[in-house]
Amino acid sequence: MAKRIEVSGLNAYYGGFLAVENVSMTIEPRSVTAFIGPSGCGKSTFLRTLNRMHEVIPGARVEGRVMLDQQDLYGERIDPVAVRRVVGMVFQRPNPFPTMSIYDNVAAGLKLNGVKRKNELDGIVENSLKGANLWNEVKDRLDKPGAGLSGGQQQRLCIARAIAVQPQVLLMDEPCSALDPISTLAIEDLIAQLKSQYTIVIVTHNMQQAARVSDRTAFFNIAGTGKPGKLIELDETSKIFTNPTEKATEDYITGRFG
Amino acid sequence: MTSIDDVRTRAVGAQRQRRAMSTGRRGDRIFRSAALGSGVFVLVIMAAIAAFLVWKAIPALQENEANFFTATEWNANGDPPRFGVAQLAFGTVMSAAMALIMATPVAIGIALFIGFYAPRRLAEGLGFVVDLLAAVPSIIYGLWGLHFLVTNSQGVVEFLNGVLGWIPLFAGDSVGGQSIFIGSVVLAIMILPIISSITREVFLQVPTAHIEAAQALGATRWETIRLSVLPYGRSGMISAMMLGLGRALGETVAIALVLSTVAGINWHLLEPGGNTFAANIVRTFGESGEIGRSALIASGLVLFVITMVVNMAARAIVARRKEFV
Repeated sequence: MAKRIEVSGLNAYYGGFLAVENVSMTIEPRSVTAFIGPSGCGKSTFLRTLNRMHEVIPGARVEGRVMLDQQDLYGERIDPVAVRRVVGMVFQRPNPFPTMSIYDNVAAGLKLNGVKRKNELDGIVENSLKGANLWNEVKDRLDKPGAGLSGGQQQRLCIARAIAVQPQVLLMDEPCSALDPISTLAIEDLIAQLKSQYTIVIVTHNMQQAARVSDRTAFFNIAGTGKPGKLIELDETSKIFTNPTEKATEDYITGRFG
Repeated sequence: MTSIDDVRTRAVGAQRQRRAMSTGRRGDRIFRSAALGSGVFVLVIMAAIAAFLVWKAIPALQENEANFFTATEWNANGDPPRFGVAQLAFGTVMSAAMALIMATPVAIGIALFIGFYAPRRLAEGLGFVVDLLAAVPSIIYGLWGLHFLVTNSQGVVEFLNGVLGWIPLFAGDSVGGQSIFIGSVVLAIMILPIISSITREVFLQVPTAHIEAAQALGATRWETIRLSVLPYGRSGMISAMMLGLGRALGETVAIALVLSTVAGINWHLLEPGGNTFAANIVRTFGESGEIGRSALIASGLVLFVITMVVNMAARAIVARRKEFV
């Protein structure tokens, strides 16, 4: 199920502004890769190029190649909608569909994929909620609105919604930044479980979090405002946090950044 | 030693004092009374209108020899006066409802096209043109309806009669001319801009997070609209429809020009005839006597009540699924 992502020479633009310059990296399957770096360094922008969500912003475009196993996501005959069905995404703020019940939220993606049979849906919804460690908390109120859950539960609901369609890759854009420490811990535990099945990429502002959850860490940086973000280095998490190759990385993780 | 309770009491006291001080400022006082005054003013106007209508309606209602609610004739200037609102209510509600049914899908389609499909420059231009429709005086719509639509719609009307004739509303032998159907087409065009511009505004307010939630699941553009935009905009769309319906119910000049008065309730909407409250008032008020005018005001009171009920129903619909919004 999980697939390897190979990015080569990727530039991301907002109109005429180059936000991310010349990123090449390999993201290993069945592992967690964390993106860290200061605000505005392009890590979220880069993440969004991995499921072609970058281009939904008017004027935004991408150059370069993103290979998911043998397939170029930016190939000429590739439909971005199809890309997003295999590369799922969880956002910074939990965003369950406000008018839908918990059940319908999880089933939303399945219904888009044409799963209609009630018992099939029931099974996948249950498994996805179990997979997101949410089942026990919501099994008695599946018909209640998803927006009525707590922030941490909503975020796990969004994860359940994303994994219900069985994507190859799961992208997480600062999934814990709007959550309290206990909910954060629940999500981190969940990430550790999910990586046995999925390729996970997580953007985080929290270096401890990157150190806790990820196998490999990529550090992004910018030379200054208005300059494009660049990938400084990508390595084993333990190496990045103890003995990074680049001086900029060391400055950043030791707090001597600036 | 001060206990926690002491501290709390003191804090609460300070808070109270601050609140008292802030309401004591002159600017706050002026603003408060201005806001209260405006609120009360609206209620007073509503009550005054209702009282006026009731007061003026009573003389005719006392003289009336027919049942005011069920009679289909309108002979308020006769001796004795005999009049009822059944035909007027039928014509008003039917033409407005038909107009709403025709206008809503088109209006929402326009709003969706402008918001999600059209290139930016086209969207702006198109939105402007749709809003311009609202600026056309209703007399113009009436004249256009009477002199263009009535004469040029014969083919369409006969086609509808032929295809949908098995539905009683579209049945009839002598279809065409100044029918309720044509009236509602004119009304539909008139209420199109208000429905369209309000739904457009509502669609613009859909949070990006909801739209991206759908897109990230691999929803196509239409699926994104169905998953995020329409559910979020639902209550706004209903409000827009109700505002449109309110306008259609009260529309006067255009409908008075387009409809030809034929007595009685005719369920065949494609046949000439029909009448509405507002059209009846504008056409007969000038030549009416004392009782006749009083009777027209009574019919106005019924229209007033109908529009109120429509608005309350709309609010009830919007509030019903609050849990989910």
